[in-house]
Amino acid sequence: MTTRFTLNGTAVSVDLPGEVSLLHALRGPLGLSGPRYGCGAEQCGTCMVLVEGTPRYACTLALDAVEGKAVRTVEGLGTPEAPHPLQAAFLAEQAGQCGFCLPGILVSAAALLDRDPDPDDAAIRAALDPHLCRCGSHNRIIRAVRRAARAMREGRAAA
Amino acid sequence: MSAGSGMDFRGLVTPEDGRPRLPGSLHTNRRLSQWITFHADGRVTIRPGKVELGQGILTALAQIAADELDVSLARIGVQTAATPDSPNEGVTSGSLSVQDCGSALRHACANARAIHLQVAAQKTGVPLEALRVEDGTFFGPAGPVGSYWAQADDALLECAASPEVKAKPPSARRIAGTSAPRLDLPDKVFGAARFVHDLRLPGMLHARVVRPPARGARLVELREGGPPLPGGARVVRDGSFLAVVAAAEHDAEAAAARLAARVRWEEADTLPDERALADWLREAPHEDSVVIERAADDVALAGQTVRTCFFRPPVAHASVGTCCAVARWSGGTLEVWTHSQGVYNLRTDLAKVLRIAPERILVRHVEGAGCYGHNGADDVALDAALVARAVPDQPVRVLWSRAEELGWSPFSSAMLVEVEATADAAGNLVSWRCEIISNGHSSRPGRMQDPTLLSGAYVEGGVPVPPSINPPIAGGGGAQRNAIPLYRIPNLRIGLRRLTVMPLRTSALRGLGAPVNVWAIESTMDELAARAGADPVEFRLRHLDDPRAAEVLRAAAEMAGWAGRARREGVGMGVGFARYKNASAWCAVVAEIAAEATVRATRLWIAADVGEAINPDGVANQLEGGAIHGVSMALKEAVRFDRRRVTSDSWETYPILRFSEVPVVQTRLIQRPDQPPLGAGECALAPSVAAIAGAIRDALGVRVRAMPFTPETIAAAMDAA
Repeated sequence: MTTRFTLNGTAVSVDLPGEVSLLHALRGPLGLSGPRYGCGAEQCGTCMVLVEGTPRYACTLALDAVEGKAVRTVEGLGTPEAPHPLQAAFLAEQAGQCGFCLPGILVSAAALLDRDPDPDDAAIRAALDPHLCRCGSHNRIIRAVRRAARAMREGRAAA
Repeated sequence: MSAGSGMDFRGLVTPEDGRPRLPGSLHTNRRLSQWITFHADGRVTIRPGKVELGQGILTALAQIAADELDVSLARIGVQTAATPDSPNEGVTSGSLSVQDCGSALRHACANARAIHLQVAAQKTGVPLEALRVEDGTFFGPAGPVGSYWAQADDALLECAASPEVKAKPPSARRIAGTSAPRLDLPDKVFGAARFVHDLRLPGMLHARVVRPPARGARLVELREGGPPLPGGARVVRDGSFLAVVAAAEHDAEAAAARLAARVRWEEADTLPDERALADWLREAPHEDSVVIERAADDVALAGQTVRTCFFRPPVAHASVGTCCAVARWSGGTLEVWTHSQGVYNLRTDLAKVLRIAPERILVRHVEGAGCYGHNGADDVALDAALVARAVPDQPVRVLWSRAEELGWSPFSSAMLVEVEATADAAGNLVSWRCEIISNGHSSRPGRMQDPTLLSGAYVEGGVPVPPSINPPIAGGGGAQRNAIPLYRIPNLRIGLRRLTVMPLRTSALRGLGAPVNVWAIESTMDELAARAGADPVEFRLRHLDDPRAAEVLRAAAEMAGWAGRARREGVGMGVGFARYKNASAWCAVVAEIAAEATVRATRLWIAADVGEAINPDGVANQLEGGAIHGVSMALKEAVRFDRRRVTSDSWETYPILRFSEVPVVQTRLIQRPDQPPLGAGECALAPSVAAIAGAIRDALGVRVRAMPFTPETIAAAMDAA
């Protein structure tokens, strides 16, 4: 069975049974590394991706549920040459240790800043609460999201 | 048997072997070319035997090398550890990487620089004293005369390191001591394929292990027939080790679930009663030893005596990424890609289980998620090797499930620490007796007679994993780590009871015994201070002779506004202090908690002294991380089990601290660039646990005696009071 959707702005098609998880499709035939298995039960957020701009757990989301939709992963946020303000801010704050949780956190943070350009700490904590970070980089991550929000607001004001 | 006899604690204890002493791991890995290679194109490769675990060690080591060689940081490439060529530095553990590897690299680089300059001086006739190095180029009074790169092919480093060489004085360092950005972080924020989980070798297959439903269960029947397994998945069995392997990962996952329903296991009760775990610890078979005993005759033992028993259940490493490995057998050689903390140690135990010569196994480190100690990283490497043996020439990737990660990794042992302390009428400590009851805190591979890899006990003819041991106190200790108070105490006796049975496999987890021992010490100090009518910080300072200890304690108190703190309903502040392993970094933590429906840690103030901080921001990151780990352990964590299996095998049943629960953290580093560097990864954890316990006492007037500090254990402490 073929599922067609948009992945990080590019049209893709995957030949896998429709009940296979989006995570397996992304890491398997689509060759991505950012979305990761952490629990398979929507409890840790390492697999988080954006579907039509909304954070979704790719580990339990069936592939056929994204037919015709737009899927965005950390690879679609930015590149080393053209980083997303969040990625630049995470590097500036050195917000990470092992980094396994970061791709999921980054896409959830991107969704937050899309709907709230000036979140306070409580809003950031709430938006990131589905994500586990065992290394204890939370406070740096919160600072990085604030820094990115500021950069994005200033960028908009300058534009 | 003493804990250390016949064990290989390489990296923990440097052997006295009669050879001139060289710094850190250079002593046992003396050839310079093993550590450093210059390339003609202007690059340098360094080869540490320590590995990146998310702690930022690669960056710190690159900084040290760049500084000592006088080259820019951008020229340094770090080759990750692999057998058989990397220096054997044992295990990346115990916050020892900067000490063992950093000091070795610093010396090796100073030596390499000296050799190259000597050769340049001979070639050019420019006197050695007139030569200087700028970003790898050698300059004489008249301009450039050569470079590392021009001499790269001369095999100048094919020699043993010289003890005579001196590294630069601290004042000459330009790169070490700065907060250089992490070399590995860009890959991590762009989602690049950096982890072992992301390896994609040509023709790679995917496998899953089917674990038994109970500890120690034996596979008695594998029912044939039924529909074929998805994706043509193949069953691999060796005794009671059972796995499936398929071309696609989703097929392997589905096949494992299908296969599990076709197996009959013989299972039995092997675990203690969780509700009576403290009693079980007291009664279990054990061996006794004395950690320290000293007596002063001229001290009156009369005064205030405090007697308390502290209990912590087993806790899990609980990495966010599950363990993963890739293995390939071809022509009698096994290759393994692993996030193990010790590639040589893993190789030793793989060889034992697989019954092949270690030389036929190549073990390569690839980064994994943070491990926080000995988790299942080594175990999954054996799993991959066992499956790969059944499909020669094809790489096999095994990924553990969340249930395996939380249910089958080694745990940090349950512990019981009993303290009896006496202060005289003036409030001075006169006597301290302590008894520690625990399983050993190390079952790392490569150290014992029998292999310690999980599936090694399940294969045909396999032997159970031997009960864990404790490293000797000279190597930091295990259960007894940080059990000796740093406070001035004339009469002191600390006993250690190591269990000789191990129903739940235990091993090293960040801090080993320190979180429980430091909590016990600091809680007892708080109690004695209260009885003496003294301020907890002042009471500690009164018993400290070590000025560096006093300084971190004063700094944390000052940051927190300790002296001027106001009483607020439902809010408490507590303090915790330890010098990690009594020989490494000094760290003091003040915690503020809010006692609501549950206890919430709201703020932490951390002051630390790690000697020379190679990368101050990296140190701060480690301090914050260790402290938050401590908060999570103190408030939430407990491995749960019934008589047969671990039941806390999901994030729902083994909760850890989340974003909404994380305290605000402030850190201060006491800068001592002239002092030897000390590891920072573990020093903040135990004092944080202790500070939270103190804060609970401050807010609620109750001393908690069991971790985690949940409404249930706090209520139990209130009832007991």
